[in-house]
Amino acid sequence: MATTSTSPGAPSDTSALRAKRISRRRNTRAALLFISPWIIGFLVFTAWPIIYSGYLSLTNYDVINDPEFIGLDNYQRMLEDPKVRLALWNTFYFTVLQVPLYVMVSLALALLLYKAGRSAGFFRTAFFLPKMTPPVAVGILLLLLFNGQNGLINTVLSWVGIDGPAWTTDPTWVKPGLILISLWSVGSSVIILLAALQNVPQELYDSARVDGANWWQQTFKITLPMISGAMFFIFIVNTIAAFQTFTEAYTAYFGAGNTTYSNDAALFYVIYLFQQGFEFLNMGYASAMAWLLFLIIMVFTALQMMLSKRFVYYEGEQR
Amino acid sequence: MRPAPVRWLVLVTAAGLTLAACASGTSNDNSTDTDESDDNAAESGSAFDPEAELEGELSIMGFGMGDEIAQVRYDEAVSVVDPVEVSVAEGELDIQQFLSSVATNDPPDLIRPNRDQIGTFASRGAIIPLDECVDGEGIDTSMFREAAIGQVTFEGQLYAIPEFNQVQITMANSELLDEAGLTLDDVDGSSWEAIEAATEAMHQKDGGKLSVIGFDSKLPEFLPLWARANDVALLSDDGRTAQLDDPKVVEALEWAVGIYDMQDGFGTVKAVRDSADFFGNGNQFASGELGAMPMEQWYVNVLNDVSPDAPLAFSTVKSRTGETIAYSSGSAWAIPAGSANPEAACRFIKTMTATESWMKAAEARAEARAEDDKPFTGLLTGNAVADEQIYDAFVEPSGDEKWDAAIEATYEANEHTVSLPANPADAQFKTAWQDAVNRVLNGQQEPQAAMEQAQEEAQAALDEAWAAWDED
Repeated sequence: MATTSTSPGAPSDTSALRAKRISRRRNTRAALLFISPWIIGFLVFTAWPIIYSGYLSLTNYDVINDPEFIGLDNYQRMLEDPKVRLALWNTFYFTVLQVPLYVMVSLALALLLYKAGRSAGFFRTAFFLPKMTPPVAVGILLLLLFNGQNGLINTVLSWVGIDGPAWTTDPTWVKPGLILISLWSVGSSVIILLAALQNVPQELYDSARVDGANWWQQTFKITLPMISGAMFFIFIVNTIAAFQTFTEAYTAYFGAGNTTYSNDAALFYVIYLFQQGFEFLNMGYASAMAWLLFLIIMVFTALQMMLSKRFVYYEGEQR
Repeated sequence: MRPAPVRWLVLVTAAGLTLAACASGTSNDNSTDTDESDDNAAESGSAFDPEAELEGELSIMGFGMGDEIAQVRYDEAVSVVDPVEVSVAEGELDIQQFLSSVATNDPPDLIRPNRDQIGTFASRGAIIPLDECVDGEGIDTSMFREAAIGQVTFEGQLYAIPEFNQVQITMANSELLDEAGLTLDDVDGSSWEAIEAATEAMHQKDGGKLSVIGFDSKLPEFLPLWARANDVALLSDDGRTAQLDDPKVVEALEWAVGIYDMQDGFGTVKAVRDSADFFGNGNQFASGELGAMPMEQWYVNVLNDVSPDAPLAFSTVKSRTGETIAYSSGSAWAIPAGSANPEAACRFIKTMTATESWMKAAEARAEARAEDDKPFTGLLTGNAVADEQIYDAFVEPSGDEKWDAAIEATYEANEHTVSLPANPADAQFKTAWQDAVNRVLNGQQEPQAAMEQAQEEAQAALDEAWAAWDED
């Protein structure tokens, strides 16, 4: 049987390469065509407003009249604005306490659900249902549940002899109240962690049990490392959400729940940004505030990504 | 040559940015458009003529037809501007939506904001002066209440026509008053010492917890009322100078906060207040959880509807020298800059606020109340002539002394209203003093320090806003 051999760069090799390139180009073109609606949407409704807000942050802009370029004045003003410092402090406080608590409660509930057996389906739905509650309703719910006189929380506390605080008016207790009510929507994280738990290979537990490992050892040596990817996802997403927290606090302390009463302890950064932009019509200043928040979130996310290399395990990842 | 994906990305990016630029509502071109619109509106002043034929469309923002008072006047106004096609985006005026529409030169033709927003809108050129509208359509502004007109007049020009009016009256639980051996005179504000004594006498605790609020001074919202009772306003008459750290304002705040301190502090009082069914038959008066408070007159209708047999007593709010006082607030009608049909808008406003329209609306309301076997408690408008005629024609003794007293107090308060002047930084001004009051209520600051900080914040905002206006 005759065989032919071609050296590299021979005509047939070149035409095969060309055909491959044409095919790839066609595929790329088709792919771009299919995603172009999203790209256009992203450019028009996300990228352009972001870029434009960067420009607005350098202007004095009242929404109606033309923006007037003022350089870095808005950023300078932020440094001198005590309410920016207060709002940042409130936001950091909320984030530092809320995110770990949120992840721990999610994990605890997911572990319980994992062991729930046949009733897991019911509890999965039960845990997820509160997530469907509109955040505005959660804000109003906060005022009812945490009412210092007749709220359910203080009533329950009184059963064990604790005289509950004035959650909704005492500045010391306003943020803890908001942190606790944020656990209302823990359901989605529970579902994600439960899915991750169900993906942990059973053989690992079997081997550990043969080696005499107890529940705690199995949890810390197998479960947590194996679901660390999902936990990291929840951690990072909730950190970003915590920095941007708005609706529940605004409803309870600045909006429908209290049209005139407010509490400095609940003045989160995005609430102050909203006030500046949409109530006081200082849209240039609000844009500068938005860019500062963007930078803060970016720095924290980058830090978390760096730390994730040390603590997060992805199946199939080579180290 | 660039690879194909890059070429595509560049193309899509360029297309996106071009589209975005086209969609931009804040480009420099916009100013020209807005200016042109202003000019058009101004030029169209000659067409403000009650005999002129109208045409086109009229879009309205900030109005709702929730009851017969709105519906009857709306129907009347629609028939007057016929054949103009009227459309309403029902609901409260969304400020962001409205200002964005002005910025993109696509505003509604007519809006119904709160009167305290007029200074902010006027100073930014978002609404047009109504002088030509008033002259052309022959609107008699002398029939409107002075306080209401003051709120919609900015730098000497009228920017809106007042619609409804709200005032405050004293509301009390007569049984709690009787039990404590008190009368309405003890809680109407004429003597702050008497209110303190009444608070002490009427508030009750159950198991160490506050169960009955003796007197609610309704902070933070009613600081302007208590300041006025102490013979001082929060803002100077020209709207340029904050007076928040005036000793009389601080004194009023200290006293009003002291009322809460006598009842375990604001947090406790607010918790009791928040747990009440404010709009239901478990309201604080019906359940005997509140001795007395000042409140807007619309709450009389709520109480009459949900707890007609509750032990209630009503009077006006009085200053420390014994005169009836009330703060006036309410809605108004204004024409946005760039309105495509200011002539129709003007005639619509005229009809909505005319005495005849109010009379027809009041008649419909009185009939509806009679059908439900309930008393007609009157109708407060910015139009003093309409108020008087409505009172004469439709308000009758109900046979129940307390409701008649409520109506009398309401109408008397309406004759003694004051208001804060229009200013270009109303939102910041209000936030500054309300935040200060809240800091005191939350125990974060003393009244003097809080009002000094508020004064600084409010004056800075006023100075900046007035400087921008004066420059223009």
